[in-house]
Amino acid sequence: MTNNLINIDNPVFKVRDLSIAYEAGKFAVKDINADVERKTITAIMGPSGCGKSTLLRAFNRMHELYPNIKTKGSILLNDRDIHEMSTIELRRKIGMVFQRPNPFPTMNIYDNVIAGYKLNGIRLKRDERDSIVEKALKDVTLWEEVKDSLLKKGTFLSGGQQQRLCIARAISFNPEVLLLDEPTSALDPVSTAGIEDLLVNLKKEYTIMLVTHNMSQAARISDNSMFMYIGELVEYGKTDAMFTNPSDPRTEGYLTGKFG
Amino acid sequence: MISGKVQVDINNIMGRKKKNIFFLGIVIALSVITVIPIILILGQIIIKGIGQINFNFFVQTSPDSLQAMTAIANNQTIPGGIANGITGTLLIVIVSCMMAIPLGIMIGIYLYENQARKYSNFIRNITEILQGVPSIVLGIISYLWIVKNITHGFSAFAGSVSLAIMMLPLIIRSTEETMKMIPNEIREAAFAMGAPYHKVIFRVLIPSGFSGLSTGILLSISRILGETAPLMMTALGSSVINYNISLPTSAVPLLIWEFYNDPNMISLVWSSALFLMLLVLSLNLLSGRLTANQKTGRKR
Repeated sequence: MTNNLINIDNPVFKVRDLSIAYEAGKFAVKDINADVERKTITAIMGPSGCGKSTLLRAFNRMHELYPNIKTKGSILLNDRDIHEMSTIELRRKIGMVFQRPNPFPTMNIYDNVIAGYKLNGIRLKRDERDSIVEKALKDVTLWEEVKDSLLKKGTFLSGGQQQRLCIARAISFNPEVLLLDEPTSALDPVSTAGIEDLLVNLKKEYTIMLVTHNMSQAARISDNSMFMYIGELVEYGKTDAMFTNPSDPRTEGYLTGKFG
Repeated sequence: MISGKVQVDINNIMGRKKKNIFFLGIVIALSVITVIPIILILGQIIIKGIGQINFNFFVQTSPDSLQAMTAIANNQTIPGGIANGITGTLLIVIVSCMMAIPLGIMIGIYLYENQARKYSNFIRNITEILQGVPSIVLGIISYLWIVKNITHGFSAFAGSVSLAIMMLPLIIRSTEETMKMIPNEIREAAFAMGAPYHKVIFRVLIPSGFSGLSTGILLSISRILGETAPLMMTALGSSVINYNISLPTSAVPLLIWEFYNDPNMISLVWSSALFLMLLVLSLNLLSGRLTANQKTGRKR
């Protein structure tokens, strides 16, 4: 593996020898070692089926919802092994946004933003709640559009608005890390540009990990990039360096469009 | 050769059209034949039953044979009504729901969450067998368990138990199907926020599947509303309004059976049947509405 990011000071995540298998012996992700830099956007890219999403979902242990998926190796969040934390504690520190916008269909916009607190049984005073909702919606630049319809169902918004609502839902809990699994693949170009601007703004406060199918998106907004190919982390480094001068022939092949 | 075949086909076009019309006619005729009995049944019940339906029918208890005979001799409508049956049915159904709904929904969610496990398949098979058990057998079982050992006498509770067992398979099945219809991303979104399992079930899955769940529940209620056989062995019947679940209680289908056995009260059979049928029909329509809402209401 080519890794020119060996020496990151105080990384958020340290991934050590991580392998993930959907079936015994068939690894979707093989022997990943990487450190993730704090308060940057790290893009994970690669062709379909290379294990990008699988890797991303290991960070908040989503794989444990499916008993047939086996994980080996360790991930350290601030030098604590995530497998030693409870999933509840871990997932409060790590927000996740999915490929398709998925606001809770039974909740209104307000309740969707505050859902993290509600589902965790945390009681808040009314003005605390109001300010959390307002801040989260302002952070995702949705406040002006929905402030008069906070009690409408979230599913009545447009796709881009729904995705921003989902990001608001994820950041309302003030996580350290935001995981995004191809957040713009179901959106139109205008909404995609909106989300990208938003992510660049959000990296001041959060560490962002972004899976993307779209390498120009990685080039536009990410600071560091991982290139994965058939379960391996082929190359990991500064995005600028990787796009101008990839060191692995497979990375070069992907970036120049020879495959993928 | 080929051109000859084509020639034959062209000549046959009129013949084909005739065949088409012929079969269309048969299909329409058969569907009309299917609808006729339904219309006859509805018409018969309405014509014969509507005469007895008045305010007293809903608020008075069932008359005795002598009252009915006198009324018929004087050419009056039979006094009294089926209030004891309506309240009894209400009591028995509510108690059954209290037992069957929580249990059925929990089992359904378990089956959805653990779809591939052997134990789940075992439960699924058991549920299917349960659905095939004749209702009178459930009545006997409930008689043995509840009437003999718990309430020491015929009781509404025993009736509720037998009907709850009948409701269970329907609720379990509909819950599992409803849960399968909820997009997996919704579930993952809830878990990704660190929500504990029970909160995901109660705050996300059950509200998201609410219309599906209520459809299943309404259908299972409309199924047990007309059950007579298990109630004969458990609730027995009563000529007074009773709200105590440990005492014998009447129900609308039980009353129909009692009226049927009394030659003086034949017209009450029809009006009770009309009432029961309208009740079941409206529940079915309501659940149909809910399903329609569920299908169109999800905007994505």
